[in-house]
Amino acid sequence: MTDSTVTIEVDGQALEAKAGTMLIDVTDAAGITLPRFCYHKKLSVAANCRMCLVEVEKVPKPLPACATPVTDGMKVYTRSPKALAAQKGTMEFLLINHPLDCPICDQGGECELQDVAIGYGRDVSRYSEGKRVVADKNIGPLIATDMTRCIHCTRCVRFGEEIAGIRELGATGRGEHMVIGTYIEKSVDSELSGNVIDLCPVGALTSKPFRFNARAWELIQVEGVAPHDSIGSNLNLHLRGNQVMRVHPRDNESINETWISDRDRFSYEGLYSSDRLTTPMIKKSGEWIEVNWEMALEMAAAGLGEIQEQDQVGALLSPTATLEELYLAQKLIRGLGSNSIDSRLRQGDFRLDAGLKQATWLGLKISEIDSLDAALVVGGNLRKEQPILAHRLRKAALAGATIHFITPLQLELNYESRQSISTPAEMVTRLAAVAKAAGAKGSGSLTTLLNSVEVDEFAAAAAEALKGGDGCAVILGAMAQSHPDYSLLYSLAVSLAEACGAKVSVLPEAGNSVGAQLAGAVPHLLPGGKSAQSAGPDALSMLKLPRKGYLLLGVEPGVDFHNPALSQSALQSADTVVALSAYRTPELEACCDILLPMAIFSETSGTYVNAEGVWQRTRGAVKPQGEARPGWKILRVLGNLLNQQGFDYTDPDEIGEELHALCNGASLDNKPVQGLDLEPKLGLDGLQRGGDTPLYASDPLVRRASALQQTKDAGQGVMRLHPKEAERQGLNSAENAVIKQNGYQATLPVALDDAIPEGCVWISTGLRSTSMLGQPFGEVTVEKA
Amino acid sequence: MANEVCLRTLDLERPWLIEQYQSRGGYQVLKKILSEKTAPDAIIEEVKRSGLRGRGGAGFPTGLKWSFISRNAPGQKYVVCNSDEGEPGTFKDRDILRYNPHQLIEGMVIAGYAIGASRGYNYIRGEFWEPYERFEQALEEAREAGFLGENILGSGFDFELHSHLGAGAYICGEETALLESIEGKKGQPRYKPPFPAHFGLYGCPTIINNTESLASIPMIMEKGGEWFADIGVKNSGGSKLFSISGNINNPGVFEIPMGTPFSELLEMAGGMKDGRKIKAVIPGGSSAPVIPGEQMMALNMDYDSIAGAGSMLGSGAVIVLDDSNCMVKILERMSYFYHEESCGQCTPCREGTGWLYRIVHRIETGQGRQEDLDLLDDVADKISGKTICALGDAAAMPVQGMLRHFRHEFQYHIDHKRCMVGVG
Amino acid sequence: MTTTTAKETSELFTPEIRAEIDRWIAKYPPEWKQSAVMGALMIVQENNGGWLTTELMDQVAAYLDMPPIAVYEVATFYSMYELKPVGKHKICVCTNVSCMTNKSDLIVEHLENKLGIGFGEVTEDGRFSLKEVECLGACGGAPMMQIGKQYYENLTPEIVDAILEGLE
Repeated sequence: MTDSTVTIEVDGQALEAKAGTMLIDVTDAAGITLPRFCYHKKLSVAANCRMCLVEVEKVPKPLPACATPVTDGMKVYTRSPKALAAQKGTMEFLLINHPLDCPICDQGGECELQDVAIGYGRDVSRYSEGKRVVADKNIGPLIATDMTRCIHCTRCVRFGEEIAGIRELGATGRGEHMVIGTYIEKSVDSELSGNVIDLCPVGALTSKPFRFNARAWELIQVEGVAPHDSIGSNLNLHLRGNQVMRVHPRDNESINETWISDRDRFSYEGLYSSDRLTTPMIKKSGEWIEVNWEMALEMAAAGLGEIQEQDQVGALLSPTATLEELYLAQKLIRGLGSNSIDSRLRQGDFRLDAGLKQATWLGLKISEIDSLDAALVVGGNLRKEQPILAHRLRKAALAGATIHFITPLQLELNYESRQSISTPAEMVTRLAAVAKAAGAKGSGSLTTLLNSVEVDEFAAAAAEALKGGDGCAVILGAMAQSHPDYSLLYSLAVSLAEACGAKVSVLPEAGNSVGAQLAGAVPHLLPGGKSAQSAGPDALSMLKLPRKGYLLLGVEPGVDFHNPALSQSALQSADTVVALSAYRTPELEACCDILLPMAIFSETSGTYVNAEGVWQRTRGAVKPQGEARPGWKILRVLGNLLNQQGFDYTDPDEIGEELHALCNGASLDNKPVQGLDLEPKLGLDGLQRGGDTPLYASDPLVRRASALQQTKDAGQGVMRLHPKEAERQGLNSAENAVIKQNGYQATLPVALDDAIPEGCVWISTGLRSTSMLGQPFGEVTVEKA
Repeated sequence: MANEVCLRTLDLERPWLIEQYQSRGGYQVLKKILSEKTAPDAIIEEVKRSGLRGRGGAGFPTGLKWSFISRNAPGQKYVVCNSDEGEPGTFKDRDILRYNPHQLIEGMVIAGYAIGASRGYNYIRGEFWEPYERFEQALEEAREAGFLGENILGSGFDFELHSHLGAGAYICGEETALLESIEGKKGQPRYKPPFPAHFGLYGCPTIINNTESLASIPMIMEKGGEWFADIGVKNSGGSKLFSISGNINNPGVFEIPMGTPFSELLEMAGGMKDGRKIKAVIPGGSSAPVIPGEQMMALNMDYDSIAGAGSMLGSGAVIVLDDSNCMVKILERMSYFYHEESCGQCTPCREGTGWLYRIVHRIETGQGRQEDLDLLDDVADKISGKTICALGDAAAMPVQGMLRHFRHEFQYHIDHKRCMVGVG
Repeated sequence: MTTTTAKETSELFTPEIRAEIDRWIAKYPPEWKQSAVMGALMIVQENNGGWLTTELMDQVAAYLDMPPIAVYEVATFYSMYELKPVGKHKICVCTNVSCMTNKSDLIVEHLENKLGIGFGEVTEDGRFSLKEVECLGACGGAPMMQIGKQYYENLTPEIVDAILEGLE
């Protein structure tokens, strides 16, 4: 193949294309419609459905456009009698075994087979024998199967192998008896699995939560952006009346390509959870009563306004909130003379804040991940943190990138890589060893650390791989960020990257983690991402030294914090806690004084700034439930009631534009100023706890998405440990065990898991069942219950 | 001029043993090539000159196929032998594996030398356990004797050869399905291009030849391409193994010159059983369109002669049918076969082969409809040429052939709901 | 107590079976262990009374580093793998054209009557099962059948009787 341009003729129209391009890509680009089922622009060519057959001059047989490379002078006829006969023939074959009961099929009205059949099918079937019937298997809570409708295009099978990276669906049997499925009764567990619903051209694979709830033609499509991870995947929300019925991906090649994660697809179910907060409420003599907005807001303003001492009103803000909400919340709190503002609620160490003068970010474009030459991922289980980023990193790995992991538990990866698995505390020394191998320099205690470690084979290999320079990255994942020595890991990553000429990449946790920094919703940065003269206390300090009052925005005590138990006790000790929340939970009721019902996700307009710094604005698609109001409106009124200046917005766009102007000239930079002297905080002794936040425990909306909660990735409140460690702890035959951590304790089921390093016990956070415990990392003791 | 190439050792006691093979000059030509360091291109030229065409059924010139490999391209290359003999009526490769395995091995080593490959696989159908064991034993002997492995006969040329066992799938006789199968997958044919010469086994340049083709190589190299070509006729060089079966007295495998009259072959095979009249012949495996008996009696066993009668020589599997056979029933069985063996990936074949079978089946069982014959023709036509591999065509051709020559029998079945010949 | 500990491959199968599978693995490039799947399934099937259970297929998958579904695909594609119990002697009768025209139907009928089972069935004592197969490439000896690894050709009902009597 050469890069030369060729000229071909399609139906008499001259077209130019790169030699070797598949014909269907050329006709698609020219707007010439060819029917197809197996072809998909993001999947390998199968050429099995035979629907895109066309006539090519001088070729006796019709050729599939999806698998025919263009050559100079090629003359193609897509609608000649020969081409049409071939296409109609295929359609007739596809229909002989396909049920003709479109009215009762969930795909009816948006079925590719139905659409093409209108153009290429016959009125009456000439096939009079019985049709094939396929027994269905339950493949989990997300995808409904009706395999009798399957036309064997194998898009879903290829998706598993090529994109999801795990082969769960396959084509078993042969000939007419070939069946697409899992063969055994088994749930499909990929975090990207829902994409097969979109890929399936017929009603064989459909959305289980959506199934039979609406017809395609009843739905209105509006654009949205996913708030859960830092990608900001582009969505199409499908609405009927005032209800979000389902969520589909919206193509954006530079962000989510044509995919979305299951979290982004199915989280909308959380909108309709039974514990939605639909009226303002106040606590009076320990009883919760419903009040009107006026009263609730006045009480909130009075409660917060009463606190005069500096930094004593703390704002704990969700990084999934809109940019406008985050900006107004910090504006309100700063207006009250407090710099106690943070949105990094799961972060475990903030010593670095003093050195960070700008907002941190992905460090490269999302699309650049595909072409990395090497990466070292520190404390990141990307598939279960940021599924689309994980897919892109996998693309890089398949293209030959060398990927190394320093990780506190063995990761299930879907490409070749090397993992250095250690207890959380040892992660620091292991990263230091890589930095040393790369010839990294440090100052102060970092030098001591670098001097003290030995370079092993892993460290040498990882360092060698990163020396490729610009195409290499050191990536800090969620488990690094919640690590008690995050600042140290960060500093080492920076030194390592500098020594290699590689990039440092911080994976922002949620949809607006970068936005929150630009909005000033962090203690060390002001709106516009400018360094604050005097930094306020961070999220953890605000709880360790409890404030007199708190403003909570879209967060839940116990499950959205680094230290679940502390978050609850600190909030409970405050005089006034005002929560803007979409939900009403026992924990919120225990901690708060005023609950203000807030719109969430698709109910409000707002902006998200994703990991690479792209601003994406969304419009409210449905009305907030009950008396809930958009967060920006609630905050505006609070500002007014507290007599603050600059709270006269009539439209969220004004807020966004105000901040955008402030951000003029702001840049994102992961490089801290030098000179931080950091000692490790996490001791190497004793039994260590490790903990992650499960994929579907990340934020309030997801935690209420019922289908997602039935999957494995919902997480479990169990204690996982290596069989050998269990033996050491006398737990190898224990059903349950008691864990003690810094005065907190819990009794949890024991699960043996050799993915967990010895010397470590793994307990996830973000779960109500573990929220009586402290931070995810640190020394613990366990005993048989 | 019988048994001069692949079956030339058949008269020996236990001809599969290496010493027996060597007693007839076996491995001499390999020694010669390696010691004289014959130019690989010269070998390919010799094979081209021989007029040898693929004996698996497609009849593609073997030498030409070899010349598609860019010999100097870096990386591994493979020689793959297709012993997945499964075309109904064909049973010749089984005899090569059982009686002359060393000639196949020698042919494969020469092929490896010619294209610069140091590894080869012989794909043997899973049911052929006895032939597989014979071949495995021959491999052992050849390794022992230094004809396989590293630095063969001190020449510096390495060639390792293994057998791969199938597990019951006709489609693996299709060369790219066979490669998929060796790779440990379902035998689903690959879309071409790329052809195996560029992207074959494990993605490496690969030649795939039929057992008989590769087993013919040593004699071609020993006696010359011209000698081989002269055995046969124009466009059909050499001799060929014909597997002849059906209603005849002495079925079996006969190695005879290309161009031998069919009538002579039938005579060798003992003529018609019970003195019955020849009704029809399927001349090249069940995919080949049927030819009426009288017409067949005037044809010769070579590519052009059979093609001239609207059929094909295929694998040289000749099924002779006498006048007791109901052609509807014969076609029903053949259509059932293709329906069973379709791999299922292409729509027209997956859905169409079952449809064909069901139509023929209902005609056979007296449920036929007047429009069925046109429908059969139409469905066959809609499968033909529309699929990734040739199985679709193979399913369509017998239907088209039967309707061309025996339409009246099908019509009779539909009209009278019973068989013309009284056996169906 | 739950455990997600994956079985070490050294714990799978007997040493003899492992050695046999390893012989197949050795035939292919090291990065193509999957090539041994057909051989491995055949070995495992033979050692399990002639059929494959899902658990055995999963073990083959683990042994060869394949996703289980890829093994299921292979096991369900090739007709020689059995996914249900079969008789100790699996009798495969060819009924394709050359055999058919040489009266394979009489052989089938004879076997069905004699054993009291049809195609796809197993005798009550588990000794025999019957299977209709496509052309086995022995048309010169039509009608023919295969039992185990052995071909039997030029069959008549009497010859069939003698063959069955000779089996254990």
